[in-house]
Amino acid sequence: MTQSAREEEWANWLRLAIKGDAQAYSRFLFAVTPYLRAMARRRCSLYGAPLSEAEDVVQEVLLAIHLKRGTWDPARPLGPWLTTLVRNKLIDSLRRRGRQKNVPIDDVSDFLEAADETNEAADRIDTETMLARLKEPQRDIVRSISIEGEGIRETAARLKMTEVAVRVALHRALKSLAALYRSE
Amino acid sequence: MKTDDLITLMAQDAPTGLRYGRALALALGVGIAVSVVLLVATVGIRHNMASVFETARVLFKIAVTFMLAVLAARLAVRIGRPGAETRGPALLLAVPALMVAAAVAAELFVLPADAWPASLVGRNALFCVFFVPVLSLAPLAGLFWALKKGAPENPTFAGATAGLAAGAIAVAVYAWHCPDDSPLFLATWYTIAIAVVTVAGALAGRRWLRW
Repeated sequence: MTQSAREEEWANWLRLAIKGDAQAYSRFLFAVTPYLRAMARRRCSLYGAPLSEAEDVVQEVLLAIHLKRGTWDPARPLGPWLTTLVRNKLIDSLRRRGRQKNVPIDDVSDFLEAADETNEAADRIDTETMLARLKEPQRDIVRSISIEGEGIRETAARLKMTEVAVRVALHRALKSLAALYRSE
Repeated sequence: MKTDDLITLMAQDAPTGLRYGRALALALGVGIAVSVVLLVATVGIRHNMASVFETARVLFKIAVTFMLAVLAARLAVRIGRPGAETRGPALLLAVPALMVAAAVAAELFVLPADAWPASLVGRNALFCVFFVPVLSLAPLAGLFWALKKGAPENPTFAGATAGLAAGAIAVAVYAWHCPDDSPLFLATWYTIAIAVVTVAGALAGRRWLRW
């Protein structure tokens, strides 16, 4: 697939996602991740960051895309927005983890053409450690949706909460996770 | 945590709340409204505004502060959007600055030298430097609230831009009360007042606009 066709496809998924289409959003995130992974791995050595942290960098960038997706104007092309956001967060994350603090900001406009690395590395911070730092009911909700694969509705029913309350708590949990990465 | 699990989690949080563009529009609207109400409710609009409005100095003051406010707000709107062009809007800020410089030159040419100090100091310089930052509080708070939803590349610079925009909005509002019309006064005291808010914005941005 050409770069522009791919960009258009991703943009369509993200447009649907913003309107609340979880499936399209999931497709978008799964499509972007291998590219992020390739970039993160390649740059870990450049910044003197341990390669074992590459997957944490990927997750941190994914969380940034998630929490800041409201800054994309769906009437504009996705490429420049995504490239800039990813570059800023990637560099921020790598500088924090690496020993080389002063690597010049390189161009990541090759983001959309980067190699596709699908195989997932071991995540360094295991789920329980991460969950332990969340408060209830966020922790319960995160566990139920991500690990047990429940939907919002089932989770709400089990925890005797409204769906809205579950959604709010889930959004806060994702913000907390991003903050945990930042403060690490 | 597995990346796939994280994605599952994020997908369930797909719908976006208040989008950045709307948050900014709301923040600017409310911020400006509060600022205007604050001016009208406290010191009020200049009592003889209707009769002096068409004099060149008053017209210039109102126009140039309005222009600065619009241009600075336009830059602040873009600063939190990754990939948005900011250089052009930033360079445009030179236009009101040059206009003030030209007006200062004209004023110095028109006025005899012994009238310069009185025009420069004006009648309400200290009040201006105090009240403009007060008027900027609501727009500044609004811009920060909206920029928290944004993803500015440089938090300090984004904070400074928000401060500049809030300060510019505040002088554009204050100009409707201000009894001092000389460009010498604008170039000195309005600039000081805006600079105070800009520096405050930069410091606040460094602290609160990281993401």
